[in-house]
Amino acid sequence: MNKTNFFKGILYAFLILLSIICLVPFAMMLINATRSNTEIVRGFTLIPGNSLVDNYKNMMYHMNVTDGRFTGIWLGFKNSFIIAASVTVLSGYFSALTAYGFYAYDFKGKKVLFMLILIMMMIPSQLGLLGFFELNKSLKLLNTYIPLIVPSIATPFTVFFMRQYLVSTMHPALIEAARVDGAGEISIFHKIILPMMLPAIATMSIFAFIGAWNNYLVPLIIIFSPEKYPLPVLMGYLKGGKVAENLGSMYLAISMSVIPIIIAFAVFSKYIISSISAGSVKE
Amino acid sequence: MRSKNRYGYLFVSPFFIVFAIFGIYPILLSLYMSFTDFKGVGSPYDANFVGLQQYARLLGDKYFLQAFVNTWKIWGVNIVLQLSIALILSVIFSDIRLKIKGMNFFRAVFYLPNLITVSSVALLFLFILDWQHGALNSMLLKYGLISKPINWLGQPATAQLSVSLIQTWLWFGHTFIIVFAGIQGISKDYFEAAMIDGANRSQTFFKVTLPLLRPIMLYVVITSLIGGLQLFEIPFLMSQNGLGGPEGSLVTMVLYLFNQAFKYRNFGYAAAVAYGLFIIILGFSMIVFKGMFKEEV
Repeated sequence: MNKTNFFKGILYAFLILLSIICLVPFAMMLINATRSNTEIVRGFTLIPGNSLVDNYKNMMYHMNVTDGRFTGIWLGFKNSFIIAASVTVLSGYFSALTAYGFYAYDFKGKKVLFMLILIMMMIPSQLGLLGFFELNKSLKLLNTYIPLIVPSIATPFTVFFMRQYLVSTMHPALIEAARVDGAGEISIFHKIILPMMLPAIATMSIFAFIGAWNNYLVPLIIIFSPEKYPLPVLMGYLKGGKVAENLGSMYLAISMSVIPIIIAFAVFSKYIISSISAGSVKE
Repeated sequence: MRSKNRYGYLFVSPFFIVFAIFGIYPILLSLYMSFTDFKGVGSPYDANFVGLQQYARLLGDKYFLQAFVNTWKIWGVNIVLQLSIALILSVIFSDIRLKIKGMNFFRAVFYLPNLITVSSVALLFLFILDWQHGALNSMLLKYGLISKPINWLGQPATAQLSVSLIQTWLWFGHTFIIVFAGIQGISKDYFEAAMIDGANRSQTFFKVTLPLLRPIMLYVVITSLIGGLQLFEIPFLMSQNGLGGPEGSLVTMVLYLFNQAFKYRNFGYAAAVAYGLFIIILGFSMIVFKGMFKEEV
């Protein structure tokens, strides 16, 4: 018995150590966000400083005017939110629509089209990157949000996931009953199917939102004006600028970009974790 | 009834229209660009057609070869560590006799890094690992673990190791969740049978758990390979001007592609790099797939 307890003690120590490794970088970030540049340069401590307000003012001062243009961090938040919310709504709605189209109807070429979705799921995203850039250049869509938002109408993995969901939860008799009652096909989808698919849409929405919020490479090549930058690109842009000269301000800016995700995770963590395991095991 | 099936086209058409324009066309345009000497000015269709010249250049390009080796080194260290930690954690939490508590808490903490914006993670570690004023060196010096600061990002080996460890830090929680779900999916009968036959913990692990986990491990290795060979943000943001760190040790294949296109304006060549990378990913995914299922065929 004692031997087992000793063994368990070692395991708990290991788990706690691993947790500390996961959390320490965030702690360093938050603590340094409250300390002045000179304090940070002098060395690390676990005790927070009292320069949070100064760091914030300095960060805002250097961010607000770049080449005469407003580039504040709150604008970055707003830009990221506009993009991520639009992506979430479009991919949720159109993926449900597409998945239902595949589930409920038999049409010519259905198998080929679905196969195409499966193949596209496996193609690495960078393959079309340069063509994507040139396409948007010729359509004069560079430096707009359209290339970041509209392509989310076609999200292969989400369609695949939602079709699996329909296959496992939906009963065809339900659609038949609605047809007998005289409902049109489009209103069947909007009034009956869409509400039933809400759990699957919600699951995919969390990932769509976080994915769009965190996206870096595509906005980096598409957006040129600092006032249009989403948060991740804005952060990279700060690295070479005046804000980075004050380490406290830079840690604060990084903290501000990270905190919304930490809060969202604290609220949805159980939901997110169960979705990851469900998604992977089914495949 | 039959006429209703027309609606199928209506319902899937928005997806496929957008898909054709923003998904398939760019891939084909990239392919066309890879046969030209397009420099990013004007339309790719006006550029000179050079046949397979860009691909010939790719095969003899020692910088691409270096990027290829760098990417593999960074990914290799990361996947071994990540899978080992995930397996150890899964075994600890699934052991019925141990009854370890607090799994939901630990799982959430381990997974947290994975959700954070990668560019913020890169910047955070850039500042934490800074040679002179970084929090890590400050902390190690303070507790006397090192006597002089280590230039983590200034030497090729430590720079690559740093990126590998950051990748591990980002992904082991995610892999743990998947592997653990895989273990949960194994029928309890197998473990009971092993226990009745008198198998100890390590025998159970190597003879029962590991073989039955093979499909899940395959999923983890392939998805990680596809993502890992496309590594970009962390090396890009953690090196000066995105050029790839000390002696080019952080130039990954996608970073090389990015710089060829957007720094040197060699769009035609960069498109060939993209297809080269695609073929590499495809080839190695198939090797991993075959390797892991060899014994069953």
